[in-house]
Amino acid sequence: MTWAERYAGSTREVYRRTLLELACADSRIYCVDSDMGGFEDDFGEQLPRQYANVGIAEANMIGMSAGLAAAGLIPFANTMSAFATARAAEQLRLDVAGNDLPVRIVASHGGLSAGHYGPSHHSLADLAVLRTMPHLTVLVPADTVETEYAIRAAAVAPGPVFVRLGRSETPLVYQKPYEFTVGKAVELAAGNAVTIIATGPLPVNMSLTASALLEPEGIAARVLNMHTIQPIDHAAVVRAARQTAGIVTVEDHVVSGGLGAAVCEIVCAEHPCRVTRMGSATAYVDEVGSERELLVAAGVSPERIAAAAAELANPRWRRETA
Amino acid sequence: MNDVKARAYRARETILAIGATEHGTHVGGSLSAVDILTVLYSDILRVRPDQPDWPDRDWFVLSKGHASAALYAVLSEHGYFPPEECEAYGRHGGRLAGHPLRRLPGVEFPTGSLGHGLSLAAGVALGARRTGRPCRAFVLLGDGELQEGSNWEAIMSAPRFGLDNLVAVVDRNGWQITGRTEDCVPLEPLAQRWRSFGWECVEVDGHDLGALRQAFATVPRSEGRPTVVIARTTKGRGVPIFEDRRKSHYVKLTARLYERAIAGLRRSRP
Repeated sequence: MTWAERYAGSTREVYRRTLLELACADSRIYCVDSDMGGFEDDFGEQLPRQYANVGIAEANMIGMSAGLAAAGLIPFANTMSAFATARAAEQLRLDVAGNDLPVRIVASHGGLSAGHYGPSHHSLADLAVLRTMPHLTVLVPADTVETEYAIRAAAVAPGPVFVRLGRSETPLVYQKPYEFTVGKAVELAAGNAVTIIATGPLPVNMSLTASALLEPEGIAARVLNMHTIQPIDHAAVVRAARQTAGIVTVEDHVVSGGLGAAVCEIVCAEHPCRVTRMGSATAYVDEVGSERELLVAAGVSPERIAAAAAELANPRWRRETA
Repeated sequence: MNDVKARAYRARETILAIGATEHGTHVGGSLSAVDILTVLYSDILRVRPDQPDWPDRDWFVLSKGHASAALYAVLSEHGYFPPEECEAYGRHGGRLAGHPLRRLPGVEFPTGSLGHGLSLAAGVALGARRTGRPCRAFVLLGDGELQEGSNWEAIMSAPRFGLDNLVAVVDRNGWQITGRTEDCVPLEPLAQRWRSFGWECVEVDGHDLGALRQAFATVPRSEGRPTVVIARTTKGRGVPIFEDRRKSHYVKLTARLYERAIAGLRRSRP
């Protein structure tokens, strides 16, 4: 099987396959479903003693998962990110995160990945909510390869983990194996002119395209894939602030409270520099379209990222006075 | 039995003492729940107070976390921590908060926000099944608490998983902050409602220690089904000035009020 064949499909599909593999090897792994679809035929059929569908009831699912973890199991709770971080937010905060219990919440439909479904299924403020949760590790894989790595890492993490996935197939970022470490950003492109920090499938892909657009202009942009939002790679952000002219952050999320905010909080304290945050201006996008279309409409595109990065690398005032 | 009666009496004294500390406490709902807690810890729960995390223990979750004074009284009575520590209720640096903290031995989950305990207990019961441990999970719910929708998610799903090691207890004292539950959002016919979701349901006088023990001792009543014990109780039970009074919900006992309350309680001393 070629690399492309192995990692074809959506992050959700690769996640489900990975979870089944892990659960076959470790009977403590327990799949808690809230009628998401996709587990009942494979996981549910093969490992019925490690599978419970609690129905369309997210609050009960997260509370039960905390009980399962307290009783010694390793539950993977499944829902959409909007429901996990809003409807079941209190169970997540008090029962899971507050108690530092090893529950893994794997939430699909992050950001605008369910774009055409409309605002009920968008999840543009999930990272903002999750960043206030104690003990919680928050992972946002950029593609199916990283999804597999993130799920394997989540399975053995000591505390609670939230993995934010998308919905549909997105381009592969990784063409070969690499070392995935929770809390350590991946440098996807080297450069010292300006830094682009991105999280999630389309933001990372768009940022790589942006760096390619900048190259002919002689601007070497560093691209960091910030797959861990909490605990964030503090050192990588400080290095970017020190070594490059400024930072562009790119996320499929509202510009407040998420990746951009986390980066600003660090550079403000450690090494102030210019930061341009790219994402949605609002957490409520009352529009229809694909994830890419809605992101572009929100002002996130390779061209806009490149323009923002160029402006930081070579500010207009400097060009005009040169 | 006399010993259990004496324990319940002492626990009521402790509840009043906690109510007389700086912040006051949820006196009425603690007094209605305390006989249930006393019977559970004296006769029913398989626990080791000197080893609170014993893996084969029965679990108890106080979903109505505001009755923490009753829990503290009973846990200290059973040796989870020194009874003198109850004097430090609400004090900075201590372990006794208005709603239980997990740092206190015997507290499995911190609670306080209503509608969490039943899901937690169901998860524990299911987890025990899957890990092959003999643990049972008991959870005490307030009656007003049943207005929280998440309870009904759990009530609906627990029978589906065959959790006959799960026991819910409803402290049916009939009151919530603003008045009678039936005047706010009615819960009756409560037993019928639980039964219709697939639960075994027992109704019992929640202050009859023998009847409570009998109800808990016969669990599970049928294989594969969770049980709910609806304990008919009186808010403020044992202290005449608080009995069946809405205003007993949260009380800061002044020295004078404390004396009156203790004098009333002593009239029922076993």
